[in-house]
Order: sequence, then structure tokens, then C-alpha cells
Amino acid sequence: MIRILSTARTEFRIALRNRWVAIALVLMGVFSLVLALAGSAPTGGLGVDRLSVTVASLTSLSVYLIPLLALLMSFDAIAGETERGTLPLLLAYPIARWEILLGKLLAHLAILTLAVLLGHGLAAAVTFWSDPTAVKGLPALWRLSWSSILLGATFLGAGYALSSLSRRPSGAAGLAIGLWLGLVVLYDLALLSAIVADNGGWFTTDVFPITLLANPADAFRLFNLTASGATAAAAGVGGAADAIPLWQSLASVLVWPFAALALAAAAFRKVTP
Amino acid sequence: MTSTLTISELTKRFGEVAALTGVSLSVAPGERVALLGHNGAGKSTLMKIILGLIPATSGAVTICDAAPGSPAARRAVAYLPENAAFHPALTGLEEIRHYLALRGESPALAMGLLEKVGLAQAARRRIGTYSKGMRQRVGLAQALIGHPRLLVLDEPTSGLDPVSRREFYALLDALAAQGASILLSSHALTEVEARTDRIVILSKGRMVAEGSLPELRRRADLPVALHVTARNGYAPDIAKALPGAILVDGALHLTCPQAEKLQTLGRIAGLGDKVADLEVLPPSLEDLYAHFSQGAAQ
Repeated sequence: MIRILSTARTEFRIALRNRWVAIALVLMGVFSLVLALAGSAPTGGLGVDRLSVTVASLTSLSVYLIPLLALLMSFDAIAGETERGTLPLLLAYPIARWEILLGKLLAHLAILTLAVLLGHGLAAAVTFWSDPTAVKGLPALWRLSWSSILLGATFLGAGYALSSLSRRPSGAAGLAIGLWLGLVVLYDLALLSAIVADNGGWFTTDVFPITLLANPADAFRLFNLTASGATAAAAGVGGAADAIPLWQSLASVLVWPFAALALAAAAFRKVTP
Repeated sequence: MTSTLTISELTKRFGEVAALTGVSLSVAPGERVALLGHNGAGKSTLMKIILGLIPATSGAVTICDAAPGSPAARRAVAYLPENAAFHPALTGLEEIRHYLALRGESPALAMGLLEKVGLAQAARRRIGTYSKGMRQRVGLAQALIGHPRLLVLDEPTSGLDPVSRREFYALLDALAAQGASILLSSHALTEVEARTDRIVILSKGRMVAEGSLPELRRRADLPVALHVTARNGYAPDIAKALPGAILVDGALHLTCPQAEKLQTLGRIAGLGDKVADLEVLPPSLEDLYAHFSQGAAQ
């Protein structure tokens, strides 16, 4: 336990000095503020409180930003150690590889948590200030916060796995950006075009829900929109939220972090210094 | 007492390339063993197998009755990699505190370790600003953590100035006196010569020689060099008396086989007052090293 905590403390210090903490906090803070200020304008007609609507906007933000931040922080984790030449010494120490991963995860997850809390806190403060009834939206915001952190854990795990697979940080960075583009941007575009081509057939009814649950980013969006009943405020693939039961997207949100970390541990085990 | 490190018939292949072939070696507690060899002779590979970083193809390695890479073995072994590297954003003190925690020791000991290796002044500066020699000292400091039973040191004195080297070997002597076994590789043969109990020469993955320096000298049977300084004007006389001698800067240089050393010395002593000074130079480790590694190549 001491070994994991010491690793986490060291990683946090490195992230602080590399400005990752500042970058994460500023990005989440600024974007959340902008969404809270601008995104809550069209509430009147929907009959829901402002915070619930802000949560729907924040969900869309988190789907893009949290995976990006997580991958940016994690791609260097193993490949960087390999390139600097620090890995052989570290592995000669009496610390298991999963303990190294867990230490790094704790540090990076702490940074993401700080960023999420700051962003969501700012958004909530701004919303309360303009709409006192926004308290009704707090459960949705809380749900968004913890599921954001789980989403972050998933992509941190994926980042560690990519970092273990590629020998160089530059290669790991390329893979990380590729994964982000693939899962967060292109995946939805591909699904949309498939649905349009399918025109309400077998793919739309049977395959489409599974493909949404299989992608951690989509499952996260689905879960938050379904749970808060904010599908009306959502657009695009998120509009499909009604068709899939809540427990399924919740299960995906809960299972993915562990699956990604198991993947990372398996990939790291294969690394020979 | 049983040995700290035992290696028997160790073989490592990387695909078709044999990095190590049939290496057997044991290191007793308190013993200092130097591993010599050209680049690519298999020194670093051997060390990585001992540390459990890479698996052996065949053969057995035990460290304090544990398998390499097992938690027990890792607790017993300290390692200093060639070109020790650390994260540039951390200070020396933070790095050593972290390594202490990883070994279950109190991080408060960090400053004392850095003082031992002469880094106390720079302890709070980032490692990114350190010179190569200073990074090497951080590496040494972490290798001294706890009470390792075996120290595996890959080129430990590279980047250190002569004074620091002497201090470093003094640290090693103290550890060895407490019963720690030391396995180190080095290119600086002269320092190894004086500071180790036993020498192992690797060539192309095979152990071509092993033993103490006197043993290796006897086995190699290389000629002994004699430098005779003549008193003013007597050089030609002495040259006549010692066939094969050549005059270099006023001194006569000659060589003779080990077996004829005493006989030749007797003849020089017989020259009496004509001789001002005499130096006997046994074959150096460089000569021995060249002899054994060439022998293996043929």
C-alpha cells in the first residue's frame, strides 16, 4: 500500500510540474463555465430546471474532454519510462507491475477528479445564481460527476495499455489520439450513417443498441441522458437513449473501467525492459 | 555459508543469436566480483537475468534461495543500471524518498543517503539540471538503500571523476565488509584490478576466464616486463649482458617468461653497481583481458 501511495504521490508531483494539473483544471473550468452561461438560455420551453439542461450540455462536453484529458495524461506512463530508461530500475524494485499501474492511476484519477469537481462546481454555482429552483438538477449533476470519473478511469486504462504496447511515447501519443478520434468522433458518425443506410431495419433495432453499449463513451452519454430524462435536450446518437434500459448503460459504465485496467495490466505484463 | 548468487549453465538466446552460453558462476557473501567483457559480450544480459527483468532460455539462477524477479529476490538485490536515468521533473531528494518507500524504508533516510554520495547540496534541485556524474550518484544512493544482500552494478563508475571513484569503492568495501555480495561490470580495468576479489571475463556470451588476479596471471603465463635503469655510461654494458633488451629513454626494457623471471633477476643483480634502478611489471589486467578474450575468439 505504501508503495502504491508513494508511486501516486510521485506521479502527481510530476503531473503538477508538467502542467497537466493546470491544463486539466483550466480546460474543464472554462468549458463548463461557458456551457453553464450560454447553454442554459433555451430552458423556458422545456419546463425543466436550468441545472438539468446544463447537465445535458456538460454530458456532451465530458464525452469529448474527459477521454482526451485521460489519454493525454496516460500515453506517456509506460512508454515514457521505457524511453527515459527508468523502467529497468523500477522493475528491479520490490513493487509488482499492477502496483505501479495502480499508483499511476490513483494520481491521474485524482487530477481528473479535481478537474471534474471544479468544472461541475463552477457550472452549478453559475446556474444556482440565475435559477434558485436548479436544486432539482443536483442528483443529475452528481451522477454526471462520478460517471465522468469512471469514464476517465476507462480511458486512463486504455492509455496505459497503448503506452505499454508501443515502445515510444510518440507512437503511444499517435495511438491515443487515434483511439480518441475513433471511439469519440468517428464511431458515432459511422453508426449514424449505418442507421441512415439501414432505414429502420435489423441493424437499427438489434445491433445498434449493443454497439452503443460497447463503446464506453457512448454508454456514458446514454447513461446520463437516460437517468436524467434529458433526452429531449440531447441530439444525435444520444437521442436513442430511450430505447435502451438504464441498467444496461449503467453496467457498461461500471464494467468498462475494470476491463480497461485489466487490459492495461495484461499489456504491461508483456513489456520487457 | 551458502552463496548469495548461484548461476548454473545459464543460456540466453535472442532468436538465433546466443547472448549467453553455459555460464556458471557463484558469488559468496562479502565477495566482490568484476564482470569484464567487450560491448555485447553479454554482461548487461547476464545482469538483467539475475534481476529477473528478462527470462533465461535455460539454466538456473538463484539469489538467496529465491528465483530471480520473485519478491524475495527483489528485496535482496539492489541494482544500478548503466547510465542511470530518473524523471527530470523530480528532485534528487524526492526520487530517493520514493525509492526508500518502495523498499519499505523510511523516506526520512533520503538526505543521509544523498550526503553519503556527496549530493546533499543539490538534493533539492531537479534531476533535469544534474550532470551525468550527479545522476550516477543518485543511482548509487538508491543502490545503497536498505541492506541489500547482492548489489548488481552495471558500469557503476562511468561519469565519475577519479576522486569520486575512490569514494565509491570505499562505500562498496564497507558494504562488502558487512556481508553484501557485489557483482559489477566495468571498462575501467585498472580500478577493478585493485578493488575486487575475483574477475570474470565474458567473451561473446561465454565465460572465458574466472579467478583472482594472481590466478589469472599464472594461468595466462604472459611474459613479465623488466625495466632496468643503468648508471651513467653503463647502458651498453648492461645491454650486452641482457640479450633482447632495448634502450628506451635511457632505460633498458626487456621481457621474459614467468618461469625465467627469478633467473633473469639474478643476472641483473649480478651486474652490481652498474644498475641504478629496477622495475618489475607483471602483466596488467589489460594484457590478461586481451589474452583471454582473444583466446576465445580464435
